[in-house]
Amino acid sequence: MASISMTVNGRAVSGEAEDRTLLVEFLRNNLGLTGTHVGCDTSQCGACVVHVDGDAVKSCTMLAAQANGSDVKTIEGLASGGELHPVQKAFHENHGLQCGFCTPGMIMAATEMINRHGASLDEKTVREELEGNICRCTGYHNIVKAILAAAQEMGGAQQAAE
Amino acid sequence: MGAEGIGARIARKEDKRFITGKGRYTDDMVVPGMKHAMFVRSPHAHAKITGINKDAALAVPGVIDVLDGKQLTEDGIGNLICGWMIHSKDGSPMNMGAWRPLADDKVRYVGDAVAIVVADTKAQAREGAEAVQVDYEELPSATDIEAAMADGAPQIHDEAANNLIYDWEIGESTATDAALASAAHVTEMDIVNNRLIPNAMEPRAALGLYDEAEDHYTCWTTSQNPHVARLVMSAFYNVAPENKLRVIAPDVGGGFGSKIFIYPEEVVCLWASRRTGVPVKWVADRTESFLCDAHGRDHISNVKIGFDSENRITALKVDTIANLGAYMSLFSSSVPTYLYATLLSGQYNIANIHANVRTVYTNTAPVDAYRGAGRPEACYLIERVMETAARELGVSPAELRRKNFVTEFPHQTPVIMAYDAGDFGASLDAAMQAADYSGFAARKAEAAGRGKLRGIGMSCYIEACGIAPSQAVGALGAGVGLWESAEVRVNAVGTIEVLTGSHSHGQGHETTFAQLVADRLGVGIDTVSIVHGDTDKVQMGMGTYGSRSGAVGMSAISVALDKVEAKAKKIAAHLMEADEADIEIDSGELKVAGTDKTLPWFQMALAAYTAHNLPEGMEPGLKETAFFDPANFTFPAGCYICEVEIDPDTGVTEVVQFVASDDFGTIINPMIVEGQVHGGVVQGIGQAMLEGCAYDAESGQLLTASYMDYTMPRADDIPSIDVSTTKTECPSNPLGMKGCGEAGAIGSPPAVINAITDAIGNNDLTMPATPQTVWAAINR
Ligand code: FES
Ligand code: FES
Repeated sequence: MASISMTVNGRAVSGEAEDRTLLVEFLRNNLGLTGTHVGCDTSQCGACVVHVDGDAVKSCTMLAAQANGSDVKTIEGLASGGELHPVQKAFHENHGLQCGFCTPGMIMAATEMINRHGASLDEKTVREELEGNICRCTGYHNIVKAILAAAQEMGGAQQAAE
Repeated sequence: MGAEGIGARIARKEDKRFITGKGRYTDDMVVPGMKHAMFVRSPHAHAKITGINKDAALAVPGVIDVLDGKQLTEDGIGNLICGWMIHSKDGSPMNMGAWRPLADDKVRYVGDAVAIVVADTKAQAREGAEAVQVDYEELPSATDIEAAMADGAPQIHDEAANNLIYDWEIGESTATDAALASAAHVTEMDIVNNRLIPNAMEPRAALGLYDEAEDHYTCWTTSQNPHVARLVMSAFYNVAPENKLRVIAPDVGGGFGSKIFIYPEEVVCLWASRRTGVPVKWVADRTESFLCDAHGRDHISNVKIGFDSENRITALKVDTIANLGAYMSLFSSSVPTYLYATLLSGQYNIANIHANVRTVYTNTAPVDAYRGAGRPEACYLIERVMETAARELGVSPAELRRKNFVTEFPHQTPVIMAYDAGDFGASLDAAMQAADYSGFAARKAEAAGRGKLRGIGMSCYIEACGIAPSQAVGALGAGVGLWESAEVRVNAVGTIEVLTGSHSHGQGHETTFAQLVADRLGVGIDTVSIVHGDTDKVQMGMGTYGSRSGAVGMSAISVALDKVEAKAKKIAAHLMEADEADIEIDSGELKVAGTDKTLPWFQMALAAYTAHNLPEGMEPGLKETAFFDPANFTFPAGCYICEVEIDPDTGVTEVVQFVASDDFGTIINPMIVEGQVHGGVVQGIGQAMLEGCAYDAESGQLLTASYMDYTMPRADDIPSIDVSTTKTECPSNPLGMKGCGEAGAIGSPPAVINAITDAIGNNDLTMPATPQTVWAAINR
């Protein structure tokens, strides 16, 4: 057993888990944060993407113990003060989700992608960088549209602040 | 229509919980005392079970019990069944072999469930499952159609000699042969429709809970039709009577057909909960989804189409063999027959059609409905052969199609379907314009300058949706009626709950169904809640598949709303001392026409429940129910055009343009409809270029059992898609809707393959057209 402490969505948490426990299992089973999903067993679908110290990470590919001491953000922690994050808002407005199963991973991956590229993000880059996130419902069309819209809004906001 | 009524492009009500991580899927459910299950599955494609030793598994820490097929049989749990009876052309009923939820004597495909291990944690259940020792006596196996039909092929079920399930036909054989014999031109092709694995992103799951004190079962499961699941588990599998069994399908992460069927796992989890006394949860890992979810397609066909000297079609003859896998899944028999051969007339006037369909058992996962179910196979066949015929005849593919379009409605085809409305020319024109069809030659020349092969292909699809008139499907062998139910409850404060037997697993019913109510009553969609997916809340329903939730499910709501309106008007007329015929409902008010008298909707509702002053003899309350049974199928149709560019050195193919023009009749929310088309088209492009299920012929192992081996369409494989609609209303339901859920997956594969074969100048190409396949075709 490992005792694990980390910050999740701004809150310090700790718990005991078997050494082999994956980060996604720790989040879902120990912390009850079921927004992070498991869609595969080969690290390919991206339904489980969370942020670990600011990086988008497939939480099925990391042991909970490896995230010990880290700052983890999940889909549940993305909105702040009752305000949806611009990426969440863009997915809603552009119909970037249908069944919603891939959505948390998509939104977490997209948020980090926009953080890296800012408003200069283009369609080709979005499609290339979404390679690790599978969606069976939307055909990606509206997901790509939503990410580009959010990039504009977030990039624009960033420029205004500078 | 109002800002939120029919036709309004509004964002979905249900989104909030999904974008904030608050969706509630079956795997998110936790109940007190819940334990975890893992299935022991056959590693062999075909083998006798000679013994099961559980000792080592029972010694694994945390393991509570290991249960097998013998125990399941002892407890009287019934066989899984196929609910649609097909008779062979000699009149004999289909040859259905037994499907035990846990195999007790023989396993018939890799992944066949043999035992269930229940343990404190999932990891312990997995260790326990690995420790169960099953002794097998291996038998030779057959995984593809040819091998299963060969002389001396392994016998998979005793009931089906030579593995033949049925040999069925439709249409007039003699007349079709005669018309072909006298045709001016005949085009003949062998066509393979590749086997697919559905891959909804949420793996299947079940949580079974037996309450001993109440002698009552609850099952949370990933189902597209929880009421059908309850009916079947109760009436056929002897799990429990319906009043003792509650099935809940909470948020479900996509279905595409694969979650229609009742599988062994949910039955076994319920039974295991009673056996062990603990709630039992099973969640498939992706490998299990690949192995055990019902697969789709898998047809081989020969087609002949005859034309007269004016290039009018005179006859179509089809011989198809379909692989149904190791067991007959719930609707499997209907897919290659009534959902397939009845659409072989396509959009065309064809006087003579004959189709013969044989289905066979193989040592593979069961095959059943997958997005489109039979209609993609029909569309692929007819649209590939039309394109090929145009090339052989040296005429434009568009004009050959146009010349043969059905233009008068209703149109009775020779294969049961009566097309009720459509304008196929309008979709073709719209698609050709959107694709700049006339500019293609210049684009091709430009691409050639860059060393690329550019091709264009089209497909004019028609499908039968809104499944379906109960009497008609009953006459064709269906074991159920395919109506839909709705209950509209107006609360005392005027807010509204709509209970529907449809199930939403991505389609956005919580929004579109509320839009219908908003349209009718002039209330905001936020005052309307949609309730679905729970057999304790909704009395009965048939669920969501076959693009039926709009045309059938919403029509039921519409009929219930008629009744609500009628009673509301009576109450309003009484309270305002007006004539009932003069009451109009508008913007949340009941008005007396031609006067300024109005009664707010909520006051009328309150009056219905206080019942202090109701018309003489009227019952209090305001709640109405309707069961809607459509008069006909609906016939969505359209035209898809695909343009590709191919690198001749590598075979790498890029879809550079994809245009969809669809006629779905009335559209409730264009944004949601476009989303359905996007998703369907990409699944179709997946079938055409990326996805192919493969079993090893020798060992019967599934070679494509993970996302490393089975190529799902990813964002960088796919272009943006140009979607537009034309409209003719469907006359057989009150809303004029046709349905949009499957069109994309039906219409797109032939458009893609027609484009690729156009580009490379070789028509001999099977799906999926991977770079290797395309390269080989270029160099043949
Ligand atoms: S669950 Fe992590 S990539 Fe699929
Ligand atoms: S919305 Fe269903 S998988 Fe993406």
